[in-house]
Amino acid sequence: MNHAKQRIMGWGFVAPALLWTMAFFVLPFVVMGAMSLATMKGRTLIWDLSLANYLELAEKAYLWRAIVVSLEITLTVTLVSIILAYPLAWIIAFRVPKHWQRLALLLSILPFWTSYVVRSYAWLLVLAREGMVNNTLISLGLIGDPITIANTRFATVTGFVHFFVMLLTLTIYANLVQLSPNYRRAAMDLGANALQTFRHVILPLTLPGVVTGAFLTFVLCIGDYVTPQILGGNTELTVPQVIMVQLGRRADFPLASALAIVLMGIVSLAYIASARWLKLDRL
Amino acid sequence: MKCMRKILLSTISMVAVASNAAAKDELNALVWCDHTDPALIEPFETEHNVKVNLREYEGTGAALALLEQSRPGDWDVLVIDGIDVFRAVEAGILAPLAVDELPTADFFPEVVMAENNSVDGVTYAVTEKFGYNTVSYNSSKVDQSDMEDLSTIWSDKYNGRISIYDYYLPVMGLAAIAEGIPTAKIGSSDLDQIGDVLSIMRSNAASVAGVVAAQTALATGEVDIVVGGGEWLTAVLAGERPELTWTIPKEGAVRWAQSIGVVEGSKNSDLAMKFINYIVSPEGQARLATSSCFWGMPANAKAGDILTDDQKAVLRWNQQPDYLALTQLYPAPDADLDAEMQDLWLETLQQ
Repeated sequence: MNHAKQRIMGWGFVAPALLWTMAFFVLPFVVMGAMSLATMKGRTLIWDLSLANYLELAEKAYLWRAIVVSLEITLTVTLVSIILAYPLAWIIAFRVPKHWQRLALLLSILPFWTSYVVRSYAWLLVLAREGMVNNTLISLGLIGDPITIANTRFATVTGFVHFFVMLLTLTIYANLVQLSPNYRRAAMDLGANALQTFRHVILPLTLPGVVTGAFLTFVLCIGDYVTPQILGGNTELTVPQVIMVQLGRRADFPLASALAIVLMGIVSLAYIASARWLKLDRL
Repeated sequence: MKCMRKILLSTISMVAVASNAAAKDELNALVWCDHTDPALIEPFETEHNVKVNLREYEGTGAALALLEQSRPGDWDVLVIDGIDVFRAVEAGILAPLAVDELPTADFFPEVVMAENNSVDGVTYAVTEKFGYNTVSYNSSKVDQSDMEDLSTIWSDKYNGRISIYDYYLPVMGLAAIAEGIPTAKIGSSDLDQIGDVLSIMRSNAASVAGVVAAQTALATGEVDIVVGGGEWLTAVLAGERPELTWTIPKEGAVRWAQSIGVVEGSKNSDLAMKFINYIVSPEGQARLATSSCFWGMPANAKAGDILTDDQKAVLRWNQQPDYLALTQLYPAPDADLDAEMQDLWLETLQQ
């Protein structure tokens, strides 16, 4: 086969994916970008190509606050999920016998099988004033009266962490099982204790798995509407919630688009920050 | 051989069913969730041998955006917030309605709302259901006499025990009523005063919740009061949880109403008209009033002949003359005021 034919065939194979990306990512993104430069005059959409919506972000404290709230929640969720997922992945990879590992992984991702919305409402019932957590704390004598857990940021973070620990466990586990035991043996031979071996050898080598999972957690968490809406009780608003309010009654697509572009900018920054360690092929 | 015959018969019957389905007329309706109850829709489908395709939406803005992006003829019927009919007309989405073919003479006069359902003397929709954004509560957990006074409801006494319904227009309407401002007269200059009331509400609220979340919060004991609630929130729970109830405080409350009309360019306008006729008939109204999604008062008073005594008791049928006199339609701001009100609402939530 000559070179020209190979090139045509190559393009032929790539074309469907390219067309798909153009149609369902690039084109909508361009439309959204253009929409963010339009404005609403009354209830009429004006294509005046202005930065008014972005200026509004700076002027209106509640919009700015939504960005801060989204970032605070997302960073907390990502950090807590890593702290919980790493030991879990470690135990599955190194402590669970090989023939039980598949079952252990399956059990760890079991909550993925239920609907996301149903799971969020289930958490709402568990965390309610008369829910399982409060009843347990009262019966153990740890508290006298029910405490408010549902409809708080803590509830939102709990719902998110429950979901993302599973995701991070998978990416970290995939990284851990690829590590040759010789690395640990070599570190031990050179006099490193268990903690030093972990800190200087295992952790750096598993960083791609951690960062990949963390990046996915960040992206999915910051753009999520359902969990903060159901579990947070609107006690504070994230960017996706504010976007939904803009669309619901007033259909302010320009401002909603500007907020979405800002969200995308934040995700892009997160990508740049983690690109060095990002190994999406390890998923 | 037997097996082959079975397959052949199955295929023939499937083709027959498919062709029958294909022959059926279809009606596409953009609706609120109360219209998706099979108990409401199936009798119409059976009577007219048609298929009614329903799509739920939340928020007039979302519905209008969807309709504007659709091709003419894609949609036949629209259910819309009574205060937003003019927006749909401005956008060229609703067609004039042959209102003389509908039994509006049987409607509760207060909810005919001709001024809301018509533009320049042309009627585009009719009211089909109404109710109140007032206060729902757990009668076993709160002092019932407190529920007669708006400012007590959201006072420190119930700190952490109230939820606010997550829709700014009715809640700001309630705040305005508490301050003695008629909902129809709310202007930019009133927003500071309304904002102060919202701040008090917000500081004592455990949550700001949508329909399902507010119902869940009340049913699970997370909160004891829902500001902005009403029969639409607690009536579906009345059988199992009679202690969850609602009232209208002495200052009054806000009234909501939903309207129905034919979409401009409908290819099935005759069928759409039949559907609307069915919905506002006593039978359709009784079914719509007690829909599994949410209950509300039927616009047609003759639905009272169909509803059972128990159903009417839950809907407070006999108190309607008092309630109608005591309540005001919730605010219908123009675009600029709407934007200001929404900003105030979001600022309050982010406090």
